[in-house]
Amino acid sequence: MQTTLSQLEVGETGIVKEFSDLEMSVKLMEMGCLPGEQIKVSRIAPMGDPIAIHVSGYQLSLRKFEASTIILQ
Amino acid sequence: MKADIRVALVGNPNTGKSTLFNALTGLNQKIGNFPGVTVDKKIGYTQLPDGRGAEIIDLPGTYSLYPKSKDESIVFSVLAEKGGELKPDLVVVILDATNLKRNLLLYTQVADLKIPVVVALNMIDLSKKAGIKIDINLLAEKLGVPIVPIAARKLQGIAELKTAISYANKFALQQESIDVRAIAPEMVDAISKENNIDVPYLALQLAHQHETLKFLTPAESDRIEDLEQQFSFHSQKAQGAETIARYNYINDLLYDTVKTPQTAYDESHSNKIDKILTHRVFGFIIFMGILLFMFQSIFAWSAYPMSLIEDLFVWAEGGLRHILPAGPLADLLIDGVVAGLSGVMVFIPQIAILFAFISILEDTGYMSRVTFMMDKIMRKVGLNGKSVVPLIGGFACAVPSIMSTRTIENWKDRMITIMVTPLVTCSARLPVYTLLIALVVPNKNVWFIFNLQGLALTGMYVLSLVSAVLVAYVMKFVLKARERGYFIMELPVYRMPRWNNVLFSMYDRAKTFVLEAGKVIIAVSVILWVLSSYGPGNRFQKIDQKYSQPQYAQSMKPDSLKRVISSEKLENSYAGVLGHVIEPVIKPIGFDWKIGIALITSFAAREVFVGTMATIYSVEGDADKIDSVQDKMRHAKNPDTGQPVFTLAVAFSLMMFYAFAMQCASTVAVVYRETKDWRWPAAQFAYMTVLAYGASFLVYHLLK
Repeated sequence: MQTTLSQLEVGETGIVKEFSDLEMSVKLMEMGCLPGEQIKVSRIAPMGDPIAIHVSGYQLSLRKFEASTIILQ
Repeated sequence: MKADIRVALVGNPNTGKSTLFNALTGLNQKIGNFPGVTVDKKIGYTQLPDGRGAEIIDLPGTYSLYPKSKDESIVFSVLAEKGGELKPDLVVVILDATNLKRNLLLYTQVADLKIPVVVALNMIDLSKKAGIKIDINLLAEKLGVPIVPIAARKLQGIAELKTAISYANKFALQQESIDVRAIAPEMVDAISKENNIDVPYLALQLAHQHETLKFLTPAESDRIEDLEQQFSFHSQKAQGAETIARYNYINDLLYDTVKTPQTAYDESHSNKIDKILTHRVFGFIIFMGILLFMFQSIFAWSAYPMSLIEDLFVWAEGGLRHILPAGPLADLLIDGVVAGLSGVMVFIPQIAILFAFISILEDTGYMSRVTFMMDKIMRKVGLNGKSVVPLIGGFACAVPSIMSTRTIENWKDRMITIMVTPLVTCSARLPVYTLLIALVVPNKNVWFIFNLQGLALTGMYVLSLVSAVLVAYVMKFVLKARERGYFIMELPVYRMPRWNNVLFSMYDRAKTFVLEAGKVIIAVSVILWVLSSYGPGNRFQKIDQKYSQPQYAQSMKPDSLKRVISSEKLENSYAGVLGHVIEPVIKPIGFDWKIGIALITSFAAREVFVGTMATIYSVEGDADKIDSVQDKMRHAKNPDTGQPVFTLAVAFSLMMFYAFAMQCASTVAVVYRETKDWRWPAAQFAYMTVLAYGASFLVYHLLK
């Protein structure tokens, strides 16, 4: 069973393994979400979507859908 | 100022690029548009220590040379165009010292284009505070470029940066970062050869972006496409491989040059603020509070400067009337041009205040939190988290709000926001509503605390928000998205607003508004003045002759005679004739030709309605008694039936019309400016007029 970023709770961390969507992967990698990088979910928006993550030394927000394309180790 | 060297500023968003630009150029800057596109082009001038003048171009903030929005696509085309009119001699890449890793991606791409680079390492003060240790000399040696540590907000390092710029052509070019050719060797070689390019990365980028680059001829673009096919080049896969290679290079680079402590000070500090500001309960309450404060301030703080500007124009009109010889030229100048100008200038305080708030909210980093919190709700109706601010600003005035939609990157979300913002009840509708409500709604309380008139007014405000949301929802299905919608956004750390920047933003926006929208507004005002000051044939002469007969001069006071003449002239002016012409169209929604004139004259601005009513209805009633507009309208009788003109049905029908119809030249002008395509304001005008007519028709027949 694969774990994706969208399944993590606030405060949990994971390491990026690969992506399930090519187009999204290009945009996410530019923003520092690279294979091997550690990601920590820092908060979830009040309505449950989007989420904010800590990656490469800064905070990035993305929608649950985009997070679901990031497969973790 | 003459420029000897052209310098482009390139960097990620939130790295202090605009602050550096302001620090370098001061007031010596101007804003235009990049050739062929609506994106703001900021150009400024600065004097270098060796006496040469430098032209500084501020390019839109971007995370990479692969564009995600129209704004970002400018960066590569300016840097890449051979002999392009904006092609820089030198690029200053501004890097955020507290977030070097992600920032260096863009640096490596720019460096590989082989344009000489100087690095401005910004926020060096903050990175020191956070305990980040950067070996600047070693880093500069590895990159092969001069690195100047700066703190742009504190104006530290600016002189050193200018010195580095002045030495630009005197040192060797930066090191290659990655082996670009390796990504697609045959194709890169083929494109380089055919297009006479000696920079491999430029050739690779042409393969990626040839479809959107304006400087390539269709034939060149087709040829590149062919080569891509021939060597089976896959753009996204290649981009992915390139990004990974670049980050590998960056990780190597940072390994022995930068030491970062486990948690940066700013990040944890920011995290604490975020716990409150994006809290599921307090977050929304605080946001509502901020909006309410903003909304109140726009009204409260603008009242005094606005009346000052109005007074100034009244004074100027009086002065001009005194100086200029009476005649059509003076009338045109005073009633057309100056009156039109005053209509523009009076918005300046509201625009300035709204933009001050917006730039404070953006500077502090709060705006991206609003987007973060509201995205899900707004997405349901086809808007975006960032649409919240323009919609709320629309309560004051649609004009600055539409200008503020620039912060929305997604094309479709931005267009929908622009299209629905004018539906929100702006301050110009207020005088129309209050006049009509006072006319037909009894001033009494229901359920002890609610005032009927107040309820009616609140109803109009609620209606406007509901209609904006509904129209947005419909447009979500009508508009075709040009790009796949996604939401990947940096949440920058909280920082104090840069007050200089706030002032710049207020000044810029007000100036742009006056210059751009002003031209159109003056034109419309002049046309309206001509329409209401001249009539077909010799109708005006006949009126003058009629009232110059002695019985009028004896039986009426000069003031009331003047009013009677002017209102009869209005009836017979082109505007009056137009009122008669459109009467068959507006009859089904309960309006007569007199209201028709008001509809026409108030096209430029809704508040003109009240003044037009006052002139038209001064004919009826006792000419000796100067009635208030409200009384005049109350006493107005339909000549055919003898019944009052303004029944409940007519008044509400009118309010519906004013609620939905565009009727604002300033908005038309600003929508054109923001979209650079007449079809947008035209479509907006059309749909709003249809809505207005439909709503008026419905309300008139329901209440009749």
